Amino acid sequence: MATIGLAEFLSSIISEPGASGHEDKVAAVAKKKMSGLFDEARTDALGNLIMLKRGIGRAPHPRVMLAAHMDEIGLMVTKIEDQGCLRVTQIGGIDRRILPGLEVTVYGRRKLPGVVGAKPPHVQDPGEREKSVKWEDLYVDAGLTGDEARELVQVGDIITFAQTPIRLQGKFMAGKTMDDRAGVGVMFECLRTLRDMRHHADVYCVATVQEEVGVRGATTSTYGIVPDVGIAIDVGFGDQSSVPEYQSISMDKGPGISIGPAVHPVIFERLKTIASELEIPVQTDPSPYPGGTDAFAIQIARGGIPTGLVSIPLRYMHTAVETVCLADIERAGRLLAEFIVRLDKKYVEGLKCF
Amino acid sequence: MKDLLKKLVEAFGPAGNEGPIREIIRTEVEGIVDEVKVDALGNLIAVRRGQGPRIMIAAHMDEIGVIVTHIDEKGFVRFSNIGGISPFMLIGQRVVFANGTLGTFGMEKLDDMKDLKLSKMFIDIGAKDEASAREKVAVGDIGAFCREAHFQGDRVIAKSLDNRAGCAVLVKALKELAGREIPNQVYAVFTVQEELGLRGARTAAYAVNPDIGFAVDVTGTGDTPEAPTMAVKLGEGPTIKVKDSVVLTHPRVRQFMAEVAKKKGIPYQFEILERGGTDTGPIHLTREGVPSGAISVPTRYIHTPSEMADMNDIENAAKLFVAILEEQLDAAIL
Amino acid sequence: MLLKTLTEAFGVSGQEQEVAGILREQVSPFCDKVEQDALGNVIAVKSGNEKGPKVMLAAHMDEIGLMVMFIEKSGTLRFRPIGGVDPRVLVSKSVYVGKNRVPGVIGAKPIHLQKREEADKPFDIDGLFIDIGAKDKDEAEKLVKLGDGIIFATKYEDIGNTRAKGKAFDDRVGCAVLARLLMMEKRWNFTIQGVFTSQEEVGGRGAQVASYRLEPDMAIAFEGTTASDVPGSKDHLYSTSLGKGPALTHADASFVADPRIVKRLMEVADAKGIPYQMRELTTGGTDAGRIHLVREGIPAGVVSVPTRYIHSPVSIIDKYDFENAIKLMAAFLDSIEERGLPF
Repeated sequence: MATIGLAEFLSSIISEPGASGHEDKVAAVAKKKMSGLFDEARTDALGNLIMLKRGIGRAPHPRVMLAAHMDEIGLMVTKIEDQGCLRVTQIGGIDRRILPGLEVTVYGRRKLPGVVGAKPPHVQDPGEREKSVKWEDLYVDAGLTGDEARELVQVGDIITFAQTPIRLQGKFMAGKTMDDRAGVGVMFECLRTLRDMRHHADVYCVATVQEEVGVRGATTSTYGIVPDVGIAIDVGFGDQSSVPEYQSISMDKGPGISIGPAVHPVIFERLKTIASELEIPVQTDPSPYPGGTDAFAIQIARGGIPTGLVSIPLRYMHTAVETVCLADIERAGRLLAEFIVRLDKKYVEGLKCF
Repeated sequence: MKDLLKKLVEAFGPAGNEGPIREIIRTEVEGIVDEVKVDALGNLIAVRRGQGPRIMIAAHMDEIGVIVTHIDEKGFVRFSNIGGISPFMLIGQRVVFANGTLGTFGMEKLDDMKDLKLSKMFIDIGAKDEASAREKVAVGDIGAFCREAHFQGDRVIAKSLDNRAGCAVLVKALKELAGREIPNQVYAVFTVQEELGLRGARTAAYAVNPDIGFAVDVTGTGDTPEAPTMAVKLGEGPTIKVKDSVVLTHPRVRQFMAEVAKKKGIPYQFEILERGGTDTGPIHLTREGVPSGAISVPTRYIHTPSEMADMNDIENAAKLFVAILEEQLDAAIL
Repeated sequence: MLLKTLTEAFGVSGQEQEVAGILREQVSPFCDKVEQDALGNVIAVKSGNEKGPKVMLAAHMDEIGLMVMFIEKSGTLRFRPIGGVDPRVLVSKSVYVGKNRVPGVIGAKPIHLQKREEADKPFDIDGLFIDIGAKDKDEAEKLVKLGDGIIFATKYEDIGNTRAKGKAFDDRVGCAVLARLLMMEKRWNFTIQGVFTSQEEVGGRGAQVASYRLEPDMAIAFEGTTASDVPGSKDHLYSTSLGKGPALTHADASFVADPRIVKRLMEVADAKGIPYQMRELTTGGTDAGRIHLVREGIPAGVVSVPTRYIHSPVSIIDKYDFENAIKLMAAFLDSIEERGLPF
């Protein structure tokens, strides 16, 4: 039975490696830390972790799928140079300017600490500092000689950021992979809330794989589950200097509820209404393009799935110090639990037609 | 292998017009499989029934080419690309259409060669006027490059090694396995329109509904002067794909493939292709997801009429396929 | 007039309900079943012989437009495009915000106050805003909501001798072709699945799920396609020209048309003396791109009405092309009744 709190749960899952396509370790930890909150769990062909909490009452039960991706952006070894340095490519979208001087972990034959090489200012050519470092000039140095590197590392090995979780002031917390382990945190909160509630719907909580490389896990898991309602939980751009107000949502003012092509308008309205009734703070998050989250894939699985999208405000997306406010995660978890307990056959059938 | 490869690379088969390739392959595999069928998009599916899990193996038949978009009053033919084509690569090349009409590429006057675009180029089929041009070609006709295959030492230079090399690998593997008991059912799919966005593999994989999938295609190399960083060399063995733009091979599948290669003494390399993708992408995302891998033939100068590969890599790719299909794949992977 | 009503309707991607309502009302009396699915597609079925084939005809209801992203303290609206909008066409246009059609204008800095070099650069979308005349944020919030769609306030009108101007001919002209076919008294001996799709402009999303559900034997999408027969364009880059008949597609960026369908379309056009042209560019994509890859593959084609100034506040078609597209498709459907599917 999960007795740990949200902060501890998040700390444990963000500390695990899970670059896209290599999510087995984070899946194992998430499953263990959430045990007791679901009735059964399985991992599918691509590695999606599917946790089912059954509803009560007479079958058929409406099926609701919550999806948050557990994969993270990372690096992959492409070549081992003779000096032992490791050439790398990106998995998912990384701003290469964050890399020089960053500490990383290389998952070779064993876990190896490493740093991303950075040329000291003293040996740079004039003008070099004016430009971003190029991918082909970046490498990871694990302190190995060429022979040692070839012994311990092979092409295709994964490298992740080595950042450990950081508690900031109040309910703010930073670390790697809050995008989208914060969403997994929402599922944790939602299931914890549901433990004390009665719900008719069968709840499929899916920690999806490979979102960062093209919403691949959501594509196949939704096909398999065939939910009546799908809700993607991801992160949204939190307010920070350098991001215009109209492109961000505010930290600590509740999750963003998306409206846009990827979202069924009736689900949007229901989430807003419940939030308003229960005085859970939320923010409208207009999303003119349907892509960028698992909702993109969930909505168009099979013959079409009514889909919603809930976003946790997050600052410094795709860096090693992604920052969230735990209160927003708690609010989103509670909102989704309240949404789920209100799901019945009539509502679900109403979604199948406009 | 050389004869088969020569026949395949010299045949006409740009994306959307894979008929001639389909017929060559049909002739090669009929009799050594239980069933051969063609689906709505033109994929050729050769089925080897039996016991065990359903394994889809795929190689695309199509090659890059050009499509006629406009014929002007003087009989010059404007065109667009079918698949990834650089205009610079076209200069001095010849194009052939399905009816045998041959053309050469010309370009408008340019102040700066850097401004060269396909829309500033045309095909000259030697027509005197529009009417005589229209007797030979029509808007919508698709053409391909014409080049003979040349074998030199261990190496082959040819057009459309991408991906007739893969087709040859699958045909060879099926022949090797003919009459032998294996613990898997095999659906060998020769796909269409890979060069246009991995289209044929998507619908074929949906229909086959495999338990496990493997594709074979070509991949780039990093072994030429000032090449991009890529740890793949010609002649060092077929590659086992780790990553490209459309797939991250499941670590278990990739590890299994490497173990099989080691056990059989087949050389192999791990491949990370920074840009580009192959049929494994749509296959692994089919329905509820399919554990999938890919084998590639290292190839230089891909998407030119003079691609180069090493025959040993092609032979070894076929050996690796045979070795994989002889394994109890459900136990090893699922 | 159906075409006028349709082009003036409100229907950015994901907010197609008004267009859907118009179409449902129009075609329902002629169809056996009309329903909507989870993505808002309108599916209108004219049943034929049960053993006969199923032919899906698709036209998308959604149009490109804008979305309200943020309301400034001053009451002006920040926005982002829905679908492919060239920001350079936006300035100095009038728009309607939301389903209630709150009128607004997209303003610009007066030329008098610009530096000389400013005029050389296009307006950046981040510098643009919509003014609805609200005096502050509070007043604006009573009229519009975040996420509201925004359309161009363009009226449909006949211009020239045979032409018409309006917004959203892409693809309301296709919707009109499909509606007119469904509204024919005639019944064919096979089943027609008329699908007015949602979300084409953001990736053919409606068409994909509808075709998955309907499993047709073949499909044709109707589009308003680029006509670039205008000054400054070379004739090999026109793609299509106004007044030369509906355009048939061999291949575009999203698909290669099934050659047997294209051949049949040409045959029936030739037999009936209906003018047609080939679409000469291979850029762009349509719902057919998504449909043909659904499940085990669905043979598909595209028939288009040439449209100048597509994806802008106002575009122009030739009404003869529109009428001929309907004639061509009716003849094509007749040919299926007489000769069966083209494969």
